[in-house]
Amino acid sequence: MSILNAKEPIGPLEMRWKKHLFDLALVAPQNRNKHKIIVIGTGLAGASLCATLGEAGYRVSSFCFQDSPRRAHSIAAQGGINATKNYQNDGDSVWRLFYDTIKGGDFRARESNVYRLAELSANIIDQAVAQGVPFAREYSGYLANRSFGGTQVSRTFYARSQTGQQLLLGAYGAMSRQVESGQVTHHSRTEMLEIITIDGKARGVVVRDLISGELSTHLADCVVLCTGGYSNAYYLSTNAKGCNTSATWRAFKQGAYFANPGFTQIHPTCIPPTGENQSKLTLMSESLRNDGRIWAPKNKADCKKNPKDIKEEDRDYFLERLYPAFANLVPRDVASRAVKHICDEGYGVGVKIHNQRLGVYLDFSNVIEKIGLEAVEEKYGNLFEMYERITDENPCETPMKIYPAPHYSMGGLWVDYNLMTTLDGLFAAGEANFSDHGANRLGASALMQGLADGYFILPQTIANYLARNTFDDIDENHDQVQVALSSVKNRIDQLMQAPDAQHSPEYFHQKLGKILWESCGMSRERGKLEQAIVELNDLKCEFWQKIKVTGIDKDLNQTLERAGRMADFIELGELMCKDALKREESCGAHAREEYLSSGGEAKRDDENFSFVSAWEYHKEGAKLHEEHLHFEFIKPTVRNYK
Amino acid sequence: MIFTLHIWRQKSPQVGGSFSTYIINNIDGDTSFLEMLDQLNEQLIHQNEDCIVFDYDCREGICGACSLVINGYPHGEKTATTTCQLYMREYKNETELWIEPWRANSFAVLKDLTVDRSAFDRIIQSGGYVSVHTGSAPEANNILVEKNTADEAFSAAECIGCGACVAVCPNASASLFVAAKISHLMLLPQGEIESNGRAHNMMMQMQDEGFGSCSNHRYCERVCPKGISLQNITRMNNILG
Ligand SMILES: Cc1cc2nc3c(=O)[nH]c(=O)nc-3n(C[C@H](O)[C@H](O)[C@H](O)COP(=O)(O)OP(=O)(O)OC[C@H]3O[C@@H](n4cnc5c(N)ncnc54)[C@H](O)[C@@H]3O)c2cc1C
Ligand code: SF4
Ligand code: FES
Repeated sequence: MSILNAKEPIGPLEMRWKKHLFDLALVAPQNRNKHKIIVIGTGLAGASLCATLGEAGYRVSSFCFQDSPRRAHSIAAQGGINATKNYQNDGDSVWRLFYDTIKGGDFRARESNVYRLAELSANIIDQAVAQGVPFAREYSGYLANRSFGGTQVSRTFYARSQTGQQLLLGAYGAMSRQVESGQVTHHSRTEMLEIITIDGKARGVVVRDLISGELSTHLADCVVLCTGGYSNAYYLSTNAKGCNTSATWRAFKQGAYFANPGFTQIHPTCIPPTGENQSKLTLMSESLRNDGRIWAPKNKADCKKNPKDIKEEDRDYFLERLYPAFANLVPRDVASRAVKHICDEGYGVGVKIHNQRLGVYLDFSNVIEKIGLEAVEEKYGNLFEMYERITDENPCETPMKIYPAPHYSMGGLWVDYNLMTTLDGLFAAGEANFSDHGANRLGASALMQGLADGYFILPQTIANYLARNTFDDIDENHDQVQVALSSVKNRIDQLMQAPDAQHSPEYFHQKLGKILWESCGMSRERGKLEQAIVELNDLKCEFWQKIKVTGIDKDLNQTLERAGRMADFIELGELMCKDALKREESCGAHAREEYLSSGGEAKRDDENFSFVSAWEYHKEGAKLHEEHLHFEFIKPTVRNYK
Repeated sequence: MIFTLHIWRQKSPQVGGSFSTYIINNIDGDTSFLEMLDQLNEQLIHQNEDCIVFDYDCREGICGACSLVINGYPHGEKTATTTCQLYMREYKNETELWIEPWRANSFAVLKDLTVDRSAFDRIIQSGGYVSVHTGSAPEANNILVEKNTADEAFSAAECIGCGACVAVCPNASASLFVAAKISHLMLLPQGEIESNGRAHNMMMQMQDEGFGSCSNHRYCERVCPKGISLQNITRMNNILG
């Protein structure tokens, strides 16, 4: 095991990024067009990066698997984006957002990075507004804010419940302008399947044209992965169906360390599953917890009743009861665990699946009484509509039902302060990297991070990398290029011709999801994790024996796409469990059953686990490296939301 | 429930296609339309057949990927709804469903139910943005925007770029899509300055891509899953003069 160095600047926290910016080498404007940069993924992180690099004068090649950059998963973010504008004069500041993020992440994130993120947040709003992002406004014409996800200040900017959509369309517009100018060449419906490494540096990618099935190679001076998160490993999640780990997993296998793979976030307010053939779960924005009250029946006999027939005194507002100070606004992990616990104890409501009712009520009757139906609809109208569309029930009349679902992956490729992975020339941004959110992400901070990475951080740190390195000319005939290409070909052949082809990718995905949800969800324990690792090994063997892909590979073949993603998810799943097993503490989004206080609260172990785990790929099994975290400015305290 | 599905199958843009008929049973009302197709595809894999290709991603009505014409209606008959948000409870048991791709010259069928909508990207590239450099934006509250105006801009900005408006239009016009973007940006002070050039460039690009022009059939407004209003086309026409 080695100790990792994040190359953070030192000195006063508020001077670190400024000083670092000055120390970074620059590429003169007339030289920028000589450099080519590959960007994989054009969600918020990737599109904002492509736009900014193009404006600066670099040549950019970008790729995404959807049919347009505008459809990246970022489009689905609902609730909002944080920024330290302090427009509400309620005591917000860069320091407070920094403090909230470090504390929310349960002291498992790097102070320098998080401070930089908080510093850059305000400028993101300026940028977005200038692009025409229609954030919510007051009647006075000023921008509106709300409090979001367990913070005590109103620092969240929002655009109805489509904040991600509007921010992405802004970044997509900016990127489109660079496509028009010729600086950015974009390839939609193209999936990256391998990184090309030459002399220890990432120099290109192998991609598959998803329409024709043709493989091709693309070369550049460096490669950036903005490929999103991996919550779909759990099968049912709030992520879009296409979200996957393949790009980051390929990078891992090429030598980039994977950090904190076990750190995933389970969101408390999702619509519960209603049957076994469900393909995904839908998130109900957390903002609903600002006004909705969560409850479950006090008596098991009431669980199958119509909620209207359950008397007020028979309702258990368990978050208000357990956490009087924060009540319904406790952080996501606290809320999720409490909800799961109530259902595991048999107080859940809704449809019975596998003999359990998975749901609790989120009730708006109080707030409707208080501020009136119209005001509530103005605030949550389209969320209510969305809920009704899916469940056929009107939340203004019948309380919503909610249940936790996998939502976000804090883990991702390990990056240093420059957002570069351990593979030279390979950078990672947005949800694909591990930075900033520690063991738990606060609401409305993923959009902020993706855009800070893309608009403001990477354009500077990539320039530094380009300026400080020399790049030999390489072409398609280079040995390493051909090796990468043929490894992709072989893999596709194996997927198309399994010896005993029987089962679809979906079959394996459901199996994987079940194993991970039960062993590596929001509460974990040694025995179950060890068993899961054995099961996942078996699943991997079974997969390569029995995966069945119909059709041909030189064609638009969605079954083949899914099969390739599944192969990577299964391997990642094993690493998630390994990481969770190694972390013998309860922290952030997760409880380890063996490490809870007598009152059932999470017990962090700073003495032994105040580090980022970064896994290095080896054929015989991944090896752990540690990046030790130093808290110079905020003293780790025990989280207490009681 | 049990359904008879007549699904458009086409191998590639170059060859013709035709309907194939499939029977699917054991579907419950809470199954979504696309989940029903997922289940059909599972059966096809089992029978060693090539799966039916259709676009989707978010399955929440926001990414704009899904795009099926169901019994003649883009995104099905239910108003203000994308294909991925349709649930089988909307249909009577034993209904026959005809499922086709978007049909328009500018949206070539790539395979089965999937079409090429890259023309929409090129229209946006021709001017569907505010030309602001990263880093040069002023403090956000320096330019105030009246709430009603901001709300109106928002309503136009909600377009998800699905293309249903084109699919339903007898002229295969992309006017509603183009007008939505022009309106969104021209209503805001940040985007107003470039309004004229933007509108002309986007309109030219729309024509170059082979989309027809608007002759007021008004079907687009009816099928648009996001309720983009025809008012936007009026606004666009005013600026185009
Ligand atoms: C339902 C939901 C609601 C959310 N709400 C909020 C919120 O209110 N506030 C907040 O801050 N955060 C929210 N989040 C989290 C946030 O939306 C995401 O973390 C963030 O948008 C991720 O952005 P990204 O740019 O990193 O990745 P994505 O937007 O996921 O983009 C990934 C890109 O990579 C491409 N890609 C992936 N793999 C490959 C490959 N192999 N080859 C080529 N291309 C590839 C994709 O095509 C896509 O372009 C929400 C998340 C969900 C699921
Ligand atoms: S205007 Fe409506 S129908 Fe047309 S692309 Fe936009 S959302 Fe789709
Ligand atoms: S799949 Fe995203 S809108 Fe239908």
